[in-house]
Amino acid sequence: MAETTGEAHGAADAAHGDGGGLVFHPMDQFIVEPLFGDGAVNMLTVTNVTLWMAIAVLCIMALMVLGTSGRGIVPGRVQSVAELAYGFVYKMVEDVSGKDGVKYFPYIMTLFMFIVFSNFLGLIPMAFTTTSHFAVTVVLALAVFIGVTALGFVKHGVKFLELFWVTSAPLALRPVLAVIELISYFVRPVSHSIRLAGNLMAGHAVIKVFAGFAALAAVSPISVLAITAMYGLEVLVAFIQAYVFTILTCVYLKDALHPHH
Amino acid sequence: MATEPYQQELAGACVGPNGSAIGMPQLCGDWVWNQVFWLVLALVAIYFVLNRVALPRIAAILAERQGTITGDLAKAEDLKRSAEEAEAAYDKALADARTEARKIADETRAEIRAEVEEAEAKADADIAAKTAESEKQIAEIRASALANVEQVAKETAEALVAALGIDASKAELDAAVDKRIEG
Repeated sequence: MAETTGEAHGAADAAHGDGGGLVFHPMDQFIVEPLFGDGAVNMLTVTNVTLWMAIAVLCIMALMVLGTSGRGIVPGRVQSVAELAYGFVYKMVEDVSGKDGVKYFPYIMTLFMFIVFSNFLGLIPMAFTTTSHFAVTVVLALAVFIGVTALGFVKHGVKFLELFWVTSAPLALRPVLAVIELISYFVRPVSHSIRLAGNLMAGHAVIKVFAGFAALAAVSPISVLAITAMYGLEVLVAFIQAYVFTILTCVYLKDALHPHH
Repeated sequence: MATEPYQQELAGACVGPNGSAIGMPQLCGDWVWNQVFWLVLALVAIYFVLNRVALPRIAAILAERQGTITGDLAKAEDLKRSAEEAEAAYDKALADARTEARKIADETRAEIRAEVEEAEAKADADIAAKTAESEKQIAEIRASALANVEQVAKETAEALVAALGIDASKAELDAAVDKRIEG
C-alpha cells in the first residue's frame, strides 16, 4: 500500500492494521519521532528532525568545503556547483539589497543553503522534510524579520519609521497608508514562513494521496503517472520556494537599509 | 485524541494509537521546541562553516580566476600591440629598403651615363686627333710627291738634253723645268 510511495513513513505504516481498500495517511510523513527508542519528544531528543538537518548540514559542508578544497582556477564539477550557488546568491543580494547589503551575504547564504538542501533532501523517498514544518519556517522567517527590523532601527534610528510614511502619496492619504504599510510589515513573517512550509507540505501530501490510489489496480497506472508529474513539479517547487524565501529576505533587507521610498 | 495513557506516553498527543497522525503534525505543539533547537544548531553550524571556510575560499578562488583572466587579457593585448609594432617596423624597413634601392639604382644609372659620355667624348677627341694627324701626313706625302715629280722631271730633262747632244748647264735646265711646271 503506502509503502510503494516511497514517501511513506516506515514505522508509522507498519502500525497500520487497516484492512484492504483505500487508506490515506498523507500527513504521517510529517510526524516527528525519536530516532532511538520510543517516548516523548523533548527539546534535546534526537529525532528524525535531527537526522535530516544533520544530513543537510553535512551535504552543505561536502559541497561548499570539500567541493572547493581543490581551489582550482579551472573548477571541477562539484566546485562549479559551489561557485554557481555562491554567485547565484551573491548576485541576488547585490542586485536586490544593493552594495551595502553584501555585508549580510553570509547570513542569506546560510538561509538559502539550508532551505534548498532541506527541500531537495525531503524529496528523497522515505525522507523527512524539515522545511515542511511551521516550527522551522517560522523560526527562519522570524530571524529575518527581527534581524531586519533591528538593523533598520540601528542604522536609521527613528527615521526607519519613514518606511511606513509614504511621502509620494497625497498628505491626506498618508495616515491610512501608514496603517496599511504597518499591517503589511507585520504580516511579512507570517506569509514568509507559511509560503515555504505550506508549499512543501501540500506537495508532499498530494503525492501521498495519489500514492494511496495506487492500491486500486484500475487507477494505479494513472496514479503512478500523477505521482511522477507531481514529483517533477515538487522538484521545481523545492528550488523556487528556496529562491522566493531568499529573494524576499533580500527585499526586506533592502527596506531596512534604504527605508525611504 | 489518543485516550489510553500508555499511548500518550509512547507518541504524545499528536499521534494516534495506530501510529497515524492526528490532524496536522505541523500544528503539534509537543515537537516545536525540539525542531527549534535542532534548527538553530544546524543554522549556526552552517553559518560558521560558510562564513569561516567556504565563502572566503570561494571568494578567493573567484578573485584569483578574475585576476588570471584580466592578466591574460592584458598580456594578450601587449602581445598584439608588439606584433603590430613589429609589423609597422617591418613595413617601414621594407619601404626604406625600396627607396634606398631606387636611390642606388638612380645613382648607378647616372654614374654609368656619365662614364659613357666621358668615354664618348674621349673617343671623339681621339678620332679628331687621329684625323688631323692623318690629314697632315697626307699633306706631307702630297708635298713630297710633288717634290719628287720636280726632281724626276729635271733629271729626265737633263738626261734627254744630254742624249740629244745639246750642251746645257744644269742651272739652265732646272730653271726651264721649273718654268714649265709652274706654267
